[in-house]
Amino acid sequence: MTKYIIRRLLVFFPMLFALTIIVFTLLKLAPGDPYSQIMDPNIDASVFEEMRKEQGLDDPIHKQYFRWVTSVVQGDFGESFRHKGRTVAELIWSRLPNTFYLGAFSVFITIIVALPIGIYSARNPYSLFDYAATGFGFFGLAVPNFLFGVVAIYLFAIKLGWFPAQGSVSQPGLAGFDLFLAKLHHLFLPGITLGLSSTAAYMRYMRSEVLSVLGSDYIRTARAKGLTERTVLYKHTLRNALIPIITLLGFEIGTLLSGAVITENVFKFPGIGTLYIESIGARDYPVIMAITLMLGFFTLLGNLIADILYAIVDPRIRYD
Amino acid sequence: MQPEQQMNLNQDPKINVPGEAKEKGISPFRMAFRRFLKNKAAVVSIFVLAIIILLCLCAPLLTDYDPIEYDLLKIDQKPSSEHILGTDNSGRDVFSRLLYGGRISIIIGFSAMFFTLVIGVTLGAIAGYYGGKVDNIIMRITDIFMILPFLVLVLVIVAILEKVTIQIFVTIIALTSWPSLTRIVRGSFLSLREREFVLGARAIGASDFRIIFRHFIPNAIGPIVVNATLMVATYIVIESGLSFIGFGIPEPTPTWGNMLSSALSVRVLQYHPEQWVPPGLMILLTVLCINFIGDGLRDAFDPKSNKR
Repeated sequence: MTKYIIRRLLVFFPMLFALTIIVFTLLKLAPGDPYSQIMDPNIDASVFEEMRKEQGLDDPIHKQYFRWVTSVVQGDFGESFRHKGRTVAELIWSRLPNTFYLGAFSVFITIIVALPIGIYSARNPYSLFDYAATGFGFFGLAVPNFLFGVVAIYLFAIKLGWFPAQGSVSQPGLAGFDLFLAKLHHLFLPGITLGLSSTAAYMRYMRSEVLSVLGSDYIRTARAKGLTERTVLYKHTLRNALIPIITLLGFEIGTLLSGAVITENVFKFPGIGTLYIESIGARDYPVIMAITLMLGFFTLLGNLIADILYAIVDPRIRYD
Repeated sequence: MQPEQQMNLNQDPKINVPGEAKEKGISPFRMAFRRFLKNKAAVVSIFVLAIIILLCLCAPLLTDYDPIEYDLLKIDQKPSSEHILGTDNSGRDVFSRLLYGGRISIIIGFSAMFFTLVIGVTLGAIAGYYGGKVDNIIMRITDIFMILPFLVLVLVIVAILEKVTIQIFVTIIALTSWPSLTRIVRGSFLSLREREFVLGARAIGASDFRIIFRHFIPNAIGPIVVNATLMVATYIVIESGLSFIGFGIPEPTPTWGNMLSSALSVRVLQYHPEQWVPPGLMILLTVLCINFIGDGLRDAFDPKSNKR
């Protein structure tokens, strides 16, 4: 298996390299450079030429690429066009924690909602509950998250007033547990919006996994031995049914991140997604590229983790 | 080449399913069609979708208002006999925008599906049929395209372009979303390659083109049709999602996403639900119908698949 992990890592790095090439190409395709943004009629055009040269913007393309990659590896993404004097890294760090909480919260919701429902559905297949759950699953996969978000704001924030309509923690001066609760309060609507489609998907996976495990020979054997239904369920069924589910979580990262871009904008939640959209609106290319690179990196990392986890949790799988 | 012999080989294999195919010569397609008709949700969805499409196509007959023309004296009006669904914040008739917007959302969904299908099936067919080096190259390209989440890729390209039109938008979607279809087509072609009837066709000298079109595609049609159907829903969601956050089809062109984006303003969200609920419902209804049809098709083409 070590061999498999090493081989998997050997695929990871070329992909990472391809990602940097894609992002760099897109960056170069984008019209304008830092100096075309500060057009000032009082400054002679030759001064800009000079500055461009100094910054190495006229160097051959591969030189520019290596310089860019070296600085990116050191965590230096340059300065934002829009927020003068602030580095891209600073901007991203100021927003990253919020997106992290949002993602973690939605995964948490997904797990505590989807798994029990999936298990219960599988144990009572074709019951009323099962049909209701299937209906919900179908709906959850079909409804676009921005639409769900809008309706959630309308119902739960405006009509019922249970949750704040947008943003994150607003009152300053909160600390400790109160801050935590306030954050959670703000996270709730965007969290369930972001988690809706994956909740529906995991419910379906869980149901079909548990159903297929319950139909297998060793479960019949376990029951024949006279084990209680509890033991059969928790010790024999769930342990096996959870294997594919765990590994799917890694693949979920890409979906989660692109979902966050839309969801955060519906709720004007101050995370990476809103920063991304703001930067695209303002053509703030350094920030756009840094975030694109980051999204691609996490997606690749998620796939890597999922593949490795799959090999670890299921020793039956052989790799040659 | 002897055409008579080929004819024999090309006839669809007869499967004797008791009761269903007793009479002579029911093609697998007919059987799939019959199974599809038994799926109530899918059949109802076809009707609902047809009505939605028909309403949008007949927009000029159903409303006299121009969806783009604004009238600042009539902003944010409530529904009345004059304006069935009221007017939006520029005084444009919401009902008219709903129908014309539906046209654009649906056209984008179907045309993007068509172009993705052409690119995806062609590349998948080449990769799966020839295998080896060609396959390797095409698969590495799909890997690279799949590094970035689809939505992010589209968003970045939109960011680079100065102006997005419907044609450009469709092109972007088709150029970025073919890899997943290519993988599916390639997978089924790779498994078909080893089958005896393909060997037979090759032995009597059928050309590559003929083998691909007469033997491979009909045998892989199930997953292709199902994915193509679901793609339409995905693209409608992508279009409306991007338009919603302001990076899809630019205003004043009506699309359901553009109309829904009025709900980003709390004032409209709270006091003018007649402006954002209809486009929201239309998106939901269209996507639900397409998903039901896709599920129905999956069950019809692959009777072995679990219903859920």
